[in-house]
Amino acid sequence: MDQSTGVTPPQLLYLGREYPKGGDYFRDRLRAAFTKNKGVQDPQQIRELIGRGEFVSQELEALYYLRKYRAMKKRYYEE
Amino acid sequence: MSGRVLVGVKRVIDYAVKIRVKPDNSGVVTDGVKHSMNPFCEIAVEEAVKMKEKKLIKEVVAVSCGPQQAQETIRTALAMGADRGIHVEVSGKDFDLLGPLQVSKIMAALAKKEDAQLIILGKQAIDGDCNQTGQMTAALLDWPQGTFASEVSLEGDKVKVVREIDGGLETIRINTPAVLTADLRLNTPRYATLPNIMKAKKKKIEKVKPADLGLDMTSRLEVLRVDEPPQRLAGVKVETVADLVAKLRETGRL
Repeated sequence: MDQSTGVTPPQLLYLGREYPKGGDYFRDRLRAAFTKNKGVQDPQQIRELIGRGEFVSQELEALYYLRKYRAMKKRYYEE
Repeated sequence: MSGRVLVGVKRVIDYAVKIRVKPDNSGVVTDGVKHSMNPFCEIAVEEAVKMKEKKLIKEVVAVSCGPQQAQETIRTALAMGADRGIHVEVSGKDFDLLGPLQVSKIMAALAKKEDAQLIILGKQAIDGDCNQTGQMTAALLDWPQGTFASEVSLEGDKVKVVREIDGGLETIRINTPAVLTADLRLNTPRYATLPNIMKAKKKKIEKVKPADLGLDMTSRLEVLRVDEPPQRLAGVKVETVADLVAKLRETGRL
């Protein structure tokens, strides 16, 4: 696994702890996804999969931020 | 100017946790409850780190006051890009009574000791909701303050601050050194990723005690009682508009 990307299994696992459907749900899906693609050798395919991992990573960060922002906005700002 | 920015970060019960009041009404349950950095403190850290990335300042120092666990919050700040941390050790009874006055005294003393150019704090903590620490710190230091900041720009030895106030925005220009408090829209804090958390373990956290800074932590406040907010009365569902009008007349609202 290429350590220079932000999408190693431990990093994604760490990011997925607070997934709305549960950290366990995320962990199981993550494990299944990595196991399914274990044998992939083609560099092009690998790049695609890393891209997908990066996408998931960005989506999670956006999700967590929005959730917190909306909670703070609701609590502290009268609309 | 030293180019050093102090950022205060507070460890609070995580915003998403349902708060429970202790049976004896002396406070809220904190044992075994998930804690994290106060969201407004995250915004403060982000602003300081951004200034450093733009090479406007040289060093970001994260400060937290509390027992051993306060170091977790400092580590998060380090993972977000702060250079080093200062853990002001306050525990037990002293920690229970730790409030904005005590923290401002600490921040003021550290600002002098570290020759800080700016202090950036969150506008308030989501547990105490005091919204006092920034203001008190500025007063103790006799520094100008830019509170509820939704935009900050450093202009030489001055700071331009756009403040969120009732009814709109106010733009002020103040001298440095100064105290700023961060409002929600100041920036979008970065997530502390695992690699950054690992790297942050190498950064230094210095431990000090309030006594080392020559400070008196006595509180002039006493918490008498903590209660849950009144329960919201259950709503009533009506079938038709006529029912709604009738109900409104009933309760004297029409």
